[in-house]
Amino acid sequence: MEHPYKILVVDDEPDLEPLMLQRMRRHIRKGRYTFVFARNGVEALERLNQDRSIDMVLSDINMPQMDGLTLLEQIPKVDPNLRSVIISAYGDMKNIRTAMNRGAFDFVTKPVDFKDLQITIERTLSHMQEWREALSYRDRLVSIQNELEVASRIQQSILPSEFPDDLRYQVHGHMEPARDVGGDFFDILDLDKGRIGLAIADVSDKGVPAALFMMSCRTLLKGVAIGLSEPGAVLAEINQLLNEDNETFLFVTVLYAVYDPTNGEFTYASGGHDAPLLVRSDGTATLLPLTDGIALGVVPNLKFKQHTITLEPGDTVVLYTDGVTEAQNNAGQSFEVKGLHQIFAGKMSSVSARDGTDSVFRQVRDFMGDAAQFDDITCLTLHRDQ
Amino acid sequence: MDITSHRMGDALIVSAEGRVDGANARKFQKAVENVIADGDQAVILDMENLSYISSAGLRSILLIAKGLQKRNSDFAVCALQDPIREVFRIVGFDKIVSIHDSKGDAVKALGG
Repeated sequence: MEHPYKILVVDDEPDLEPLMLQRMRRHIRKGRYTFVFARNGVEALERLNQDRSIDMVLSDINMPQMDGLTLLEQIPKVDPNLRSVIISAYGDMKNIRTAMNRGAFDFVTKPVDFKDLQITIERTLSHMQEWREALSYRDRLVSIQNELEVASRIQQSILPSEFPDDLRYQVHGHMEPARDVGGDFFDILDLDKGRIGLAIADVSDKGVPAALFMMSCRTLLKGVAIGLSEPGAVLAEINQLLNEDNETFLFVTVLYAVYDPTNGEFTYASGGHDAPLLVRSDGTATLLPLTDGIALGVVPNLKFKQHTITLEPGDTVVLYTDGVTEAQNNAGQSFEVKGLHQIFAGKMSSVSARDGTDSVFRQVRDFMGDAAQFDDITCLTLHRDQ
Repeated sequence: MDITSHRMGDALIVSAEGRVDGANARKFQKAVENVIADGDQAVILDMENLSYISSAGLRSILLIAKGLQKRNSDFAVCALQDPIREVFRIVGFDKIVSIHDSKGDAVKALGG
């Protein structure tokens, strides 16, 4: 980076300015960010009009003169490629949804957790960087291959880079993109009462449109998941939002689960996604029952069933995409659910989440040999500690 | 991937062979749409010799089905190999596309 990224912070609370400068001082000193401030939407628009070097906007919703939601509508008129992040009250689904419909890239909730904010800022900037490159590639009319590379980098930019640090459980995930395809992603969400949300998903196509669809799925998931605690209700809501405005007929299969570390309860719902594998601490491996949901974005007004199991200490759950089970070797055979079973079955599950994910990738790679990888391969493992 | 077609009663049977994945899903969809004539009231996709279909391929089938639905034509799939039937089941497509064991069953069900 030659120049620091310039971030416009819009909030009517005068306290935020010194707090932001204090908490982000390391990144400011390193030359990563520089901040400018505005007190409301009107001031923010003036700033944006005067200063074309602003890279992103971080805005509160409730402000005098012009609020954050109105500001969001105005920003594209100044620069359609600016990315905005909204600061909202925790669980304020109505405003979050309006903000997302108006093009907000992401949001953080109050009280602001600055570590989370920094991760969100990085993700937004990295997305924006990819987006700018995508635009410049398009301008130069380079081959479709480059567009796919851009799509795959957009995909990489939305994957979590950090995993929860908790003594009671571990989560670890990884995605290995196919050369031409970009459709898988996973996410780990902090929910209330110390619970976590785990999502794994597969979008039905490749390229930039699919990558952008994936982005909006991820943002919707994050927004809906903090407002609703039942996985079935979360999928129903996302399905509804995706169906409201889906001209592309892209769809996404999602397995969404909520894990409660206080009692080991793992509740999941599937929107057309493969069933998770449960590995008990004694090495018994079973496929959990499918909950019969349809892939999201296909048919509106669906209900999604959910299922709850309890993880005992030492138990592991493996979420995966069909890139794992449909991986092929040179003889044209598929890895199958059977292959997944064999990795875990009969082994005392002292494995960590990272070991679980790593061994899936190792075994799939060994199985494939030098055969081509047709699809993204993704695996997300949850392990309850002893 | 290969597409052939023939008529059976009033139904158009489109037979697909090989694999449909991200690399050829669009070609597959175009090829199927090309063999469907404006007057076809019932279209059956015969998957007996289809060995693999990815999610991009499922999306093509969805688009074909939506196109037919728009002009009030019927659509069904038949003779799915076990792994493909399993994919249809997992993704939930068995609830939105009618599936039949054989061409004959499908033709009968569509009133051909």
